[in-house]
Amino acid sequence: MSTVNPSITYNYKVVRQFAIMTVVWGIVGMSLGVLIAAQLVWPALNFDLPFTHFGRLRPLHTNAVIFGFGGSALFATSYYVVQRTCQARLFSDGLASLTFWGWQLVLVAAVITLPQGFTSTKEYAELEWPIDILITLVWVTYAVVFFGTIMKRKTPHIYVANWFYGAFIITVAVLHIGNNLAIPVAAFKSYSVYSGVTDAMMQWWYGHNAVGFFLTAGFLGMMYYFVPKQADRPVYSYRLSIVHFWALIATYVWAGGHHLHYSALPDWAQTAGMVMSLILLAPSWGGMINGMMTLSGAWHKLRTDPILRFLVVSLSFYGMSTFEGPMMAIKTVNALSHNTDWTIGHVHSGALGWVAMITIGAIYHLIPKLWGVQAMYSTAMINLHFWLATIGTVLYIVAMWVNGIMQGLMWRAVNDDGTLTYSFVESMEASAPGYLVRMIGGLIFLSGMLVMAYNVRMTIRQKEAVALDDGAVQAA
Amino acid sequence: MSTFWSIWISVLVLGTIFGCWWLLSATRKGQTSDSETERTTGHSFDGIEEYDNPLPKWWYYLFIGTCVFSLGYLALYPGLGNFQGLLGWSQEGQWEEEVQLADARYGELYARYGEVPIPELAEVEDAMQMGQRLFANNCAVCHGSAARGAIGFPNLTDDAWLYGGEPENIVETLTNGRQGNMPAKGFMPDMTSTQVDQVVNYVLSFSGRERDEAAAEAGEAVFAQGCAGCHGADATGNQSMGAPNLTDDAWLFGSTYEWIEETVVNGRQNRMPAQSDRLSEDQIHILAAYVYSLSN
Repeated sequence: MSTVNPSITYNYKVVRQFAIMTVVWGIVGMSLGVLIAAQLVWPALNFDLPFTHFGRLRPLHTNAVIFGFGGSALFATSYYVVQRTCQARLFSDGLASLTFWGWQLVLVAAVITLPQGFTSTKEYAELEWPIDILITLVWVTYAVVFFGTIMKRKTPHIYVANWFYGAFIITVAVLHIGNNLAIPVAAFKSYSVYSGVTDAMMQWWYGHNAVGFFLTAGFLGMMYYFVPKQADRPVYSYRLSIVHFWALIATYVWAGGHHLHYSALPDWAQTAGMVMSLILLAPSWGGMINGMMTLSGAWHKLRTDPILRFLVVSLSFYGMSTFEGPMMAIKTVNALSHNTDWTIGHVHSGALGWVAMITIGAIYHLIPKLWGVQAMYSTAMINLHFWLATIGTVLYIVAMWVNGIMQGLMWRAVNDDGTLTYSFVESMEASAPGYLVRMIGGLIFLSGMLVMAYNVRMTIRQKEAVALDDGAVQAA
Repeated sequence: MSTFWSIWISVLVLGTIFGCWWLLSATRKGQTSDSETERTTGHSFDGIEEYDNPLPKWWYYLFIGTCVFSLGYLALYPGLGNFQGLLGWSQEGQWEEEVQLADARYGELYARYGEVPIPELAEVEDAMQMGQRLFANNCAVCHGSAARGAIGFPNLTDDAWLYGGEPENIVETLTNGRQGNMPAKGFMPDMTSTQVDQVVNYVLSFSGRERDEAAAEAGEAVFAQGCAGCHGADATGNQSMGAPNLTDDAWLFGSTYEWIEETVVNGRQNRMPAQSDRLSEDQIHILAAYVYSLSN
């Protein structure tokens, strides 16, 4: 069956806009990350100012990388993938444009309000209620554009990438609204409608699914298009994609309880969170297998194609962190890892290794197509970026593993008389070398992003984008 | 939780696990081949095709394995609503067990010194090393690892005691804690700002600090009415209620005019938390001896 339909034109403008902002927010968010990592090495870098303090910049870092970098990448790729795999132009150009400007407005509002200390205090949901309402409006518009496009598809079936994008869009809407229900008391101040342990459970139901749906399901959608496309191979197993899709979305929503082990959360909810997290191992690995095995017969391409290398290494990190996650959800392991740097290392093996690497691979695939040029300006620079990203990620997560396990062991070490061997400050002193290595790792990763920005800029300069605007015919 | 919610939770948890199981076996039964083939599903999306390959066997068994483990875990531990699990485990129970274990293992060590009078114990090197570790774990966060205190947290190495420095006073402070409360403007709620200035200058005079002599003299009457009730006519304080001696050089909240003015105008609330629910009697006994040793 031919998939080329010359009578269809696609909306690439909004994809181009989001693709550029992916790189921009990536650099902004990761620079903030390097700054706050440096503050942990040299506290003087807090500058004794409230708005440059770690406590205010850390939420800005997470918001900029998750919603700025990750969010823009998801918008860009989902709009691109849904059009090409449905052979249909976006449902509405106007609404699509609204999502772009609306989302950028949300991010700019985050940059303005978070350093000033406006926060709802919920992790990854710090933005105050007026911004939350704006997010909701943008998100509903996004859903209309995405599902509207699926409705008018020319293909008989819906491609697996779109299942994942669809699940991500629906679930994030439910999570965002559920967790952010609050009573406003001033323009930028509100109180959660939940209290006590219910509030904590709502927060981690949201928090873990920010990981599960925003940073996993959405990016699996990305993987299901860009890996087979870049490798030019069929997807390994359609059956596997069905099983792991349904199992993934059914079990992820339960997992949040593992953030609240040994707390006021009732035992049953902790246990449910733990067993569902364990069951998640196989559905997560289903995605990794389907991506990796798609390369069978095309492994030699890794030698010459650094874009494919990004995509494959991202799957390796995905497999590794989705093994680590269920393990850390086990109560006995969690008793050691909780509140240590191990958690931060785990998050970043997912965020840098999986989310950022698959995004970078996808953007390198996209940029030449969106601007109608043969290839990226420099393949050598992509290769350089690949090694910077890999080395940076490895340094980061190894430093945090070492720190985390050391902290966990120091905090529980007791003397012969039952008293604690170490004070908290001693565990911080022992962590200092790890913080330095982490900062260096982050800096190396960030430098890769700067190489990328230069490469993207030079690629775009190769050819004016005009030719591919609205009137363009779909490329074969 | 009510029976309804208990059943609701159980049905959802088990339904999710068995749902995964059903999905797995149903998909596996529908497989057209046990090994990898070159056959595709016939779909093509933007040129991407999909193989009709079977589920990898090792992956299938891994998935089933985690489901089996989870069902076993749910049988043994609390997870299905009100069902407590066959082991009767709870996190409170685990904690109590660990506390008992620690008491059994370490109790002896501390009990050994339980009968030794505190002044004598303060000379026993082994006990004082334990005392120092207890202090580092439980007290240093406020009083400092050298026990020299900070603003609002008493220095424990000097001779000034808010509630008394005898062994029994220290044990009482550690066991039940202390609530310090200096009311704003003492007994004179409508003390004027002139009177505040006078009484602050008067207080400064006790320890020979720089002051406005005329105001200090006028302050004597204000002190007698507003402060002497607790701090005593001679301002040497009252340990039975924790009123500080104002004539020495020890200052809980600072000794400058500004600090004292702040104390007079707004009062002070201070709290030493009780340790009796964290430490055993024998541990408190050793800790008290350690604190005693710091100034004796």
